[in-house]
Amino acid sequence: MSILVNKDTKVITQNMTGKTGMFHTLGGLEYGTQMVAGAVPGKGGTSVDFNLENGQKVTLPVYNTVHEAKEATGATASVIYVPPAFAADAIMEAVDADLDLVICITEGIPVLDMVKVKRFMEGKRTRLIGPNCPGVITPGECKIGIMPGYIHTPGHVGVVSRSGTLTYEAVHQLTTRGIGQSSAVGIGGDPVKGSEFIDILKLFNEDPDTYAVIMIGEIGGSAEEEAAEWIAANMKKPVVGFIGGQTAPPGKRMGHAGAIISGGKGTAAEKVATMERCGIRVAPTPSEMGSTLVKVLEEQGLLEKCITNKS
Amino acid sequence: MNIHEYQGKEVLKQYGVTVPEGKVAFSADEAVEAAKALGTPVVVVKAQIHAGGRGKAGGVKIAKSLDEVRAYAQELLGKVLVTHQTGPEGKEVKRLLIEAGCDIKKEYYVGVVVDRATGRVVMMASEEGGTEIEEVAARTPEKIFKEVIDPAVGLQAFQARKLAYSINIPTELVGKAVKFMTALYNAFVDKDCSIAEINPLVVTGDGNVMALDAKLNFDSNALFRHKDILELRDLDEEDEKEIQASKFDLSYIALDGNIGCMVNGAGLAMATMDIIKYYGGEPANFLDVGGGATKEKVTEAFKIILSDENVKGIFVNIFGGIMKCDIIAEGVVAAAKELGLSRPLVVRLEGTNVELGKKILNESGLNIVAADSMADGAQKIVALVK
Repeated sequence: MSILVNKDTKVITQNMTGKTGMFHTLGGLEYGTQMVAGAVPGKGGTSVDFNLENGQKVTLPVYNTVHEAKEATGATASVIYVPPAFAADAIMEAVDADLDLVICITEGIPVLDMVKVKRFMEGKRTRLIGPNCPGVITPGECKIGIMPGYIHTPGHVGVVSRSGTLTYEAVHQLTTRGIGQSSAVGIGGDPVKGSEFIDILKLFNEDPDTYAVIMIGEIGGSAEEEAAEWIAANMKKPVVGFIGGQTAPPGKRMGHAGAIISGGKGTAAEKVATMERCGIRVAPTPSEMGSTLVKVLEEQGLLEKCITNKS
Repeated sequence: MNIHEYQGKEVLKQYGVTVPEGKVAFSADEAVEAAKALGTPVVVVKAQIHAGGRGKAGGVKIAKSLDEVRAYAQELLGKVLVTHQTGPEGKEVKRLLIEAGCDIKKEYYVGVVVDRATGRVVMMASEEGGTEIEEVAARTPEKIFKEVIDPAVGLQAFQARKLAYSINIPTELVGKAVKFMTALYNAFVDKDCSIAEINPLVVTGDGNVMALDAKLNFDSNALFRHKDILELRDLDEEDEKEIQASKFDLSYIALDGNIGCMVNGAGLAMATMDIIKYYGGEPANFLDVGGGATKEKVTEAFKIILSDENVKGIFVNIFGGIMKCDIIAEGVVAAAKELGLSRPLVVRLEGTNVELGKKILNESGLNIVAADSMADGAQKIVALVK
């Protein structure tokens, strides 16, 4: 199965006609995702032709608003490639259109804009993933975002991460061992975000087709610690982790807006300690994420079930 | 983005936050002029650097005459101040704040930050002013009071009163304290701060509630809409390489080690630093070249890493998603040819166009060591640099 997205998910691209939006809508179409329309203020009534590698041509309509795009296509999800100055507005527009899922790829949204977005979203049913995230993928079915599709393979291990390329590293380590992924979710590198580890872990916990989870965190904040406590109390499947930034100096923002140790809080050491205390095996180096999961799966007698791709 | 104390006070003043009278000085003459203009019996001469702990390090002097102002100014300007926040190399003092002395009756702490757990702005206050808030949080957390602010309505007066009563602000000054806190919140939100710390907040003998120190930090993501704050940037307080990197939109942080790193993606970049350390090496920098990087950007990144004299070897670790391996390879080859490659270079490529990328490196004629994996690459560069 999977979480959040599957082969039936229809997706609107907000700012589809921008360079990044175009590139990744094409990427989604190439992967087989149901990209169905664009929402770009001022470009309503136009359409965009996408020429796929296999020779197929797909023409997608563009609407002025997310609401119109949703009405016309029955889409339930959107992906946002809107520049930082306008991205919070784009998120709120998608939420107001009552979509099930909004995935915001944009990096650089002012933190206080996200504080407003969170307030706006209270009491509304839309789930936000991101911002500043690579997106969500259910291998073989649906790819929403910027991740390279080919490194993924369908299977039973869930992946949830604050980082983009570090996730690809983990997925690669799994795929090369024949271990497929149920879904991989990038929650993003910002301090104030739509979904935290806990929110995604709950979904993996309830997904009958996810047998284990890899959780990739980094310095800053206390989301990993909160997730760890929740896992100890509730998680029915094994979780393996990795925390990036063990060598990061305090007070410095390490790329991601949320990757900063401040006031002594949010260190990698603290996160690793809490996770281990809560029964989460933490890989000592980034090159051992796959092998650490394999060890845990073996111990739990789950390895064979998780080998879905004997290549 | 950080700014100096005197600049923070100027910003807060615009919002009605009460701060002592004061002026910046860049020379002893200017310091004396400023003190004359203030005309107070006591004048405080304060070193302006982007670090706390200046008082303990001798960076804050109380002057009782213009001669003393001149003497202290001469002593502090050009001095390298080492505080527990500057690192052992310290920071050179190039600016002073000349401030009116005040009759401090009591010190408190008030701070505003974004709380990640709730996704809200939070105002914190404590009766333990003048101490590091982390120490108070560690020793006596019950002495820190918090109000979570609803962005729909802002800081409400009842919340500010609650804080003021909790930290025992004298009853007759609670009104002023509430005005102060409200103004501080407004400044924070209006200017897109990430931190606004008033430590200490003081109540004075003549019945004022004032910010004796002000530490404002601004959300880098929001600077595009605050040209006035951008103008306050002090390049002297920043690492030259970091300044150069920001010109090319590269995410770069200088560290102390001797192995330069170039990676795509912040998480992978942090993990690369970690794995170098794991194998016994010391990273010289954090550098995220980003997803949409061009050959030019990659070349520039390479130059910046090489401009660090400490760098004895370089590790390029790329997992191409949007970032294509052939683009990275072209950039690395171009930079190496332009600058000459006298230091060991290990490159690990994976992902989009990896075979093409490897081909470009192999055919470059340069001495580039290829790595099969991140671990392999880290081990190789650490060995080559020893």
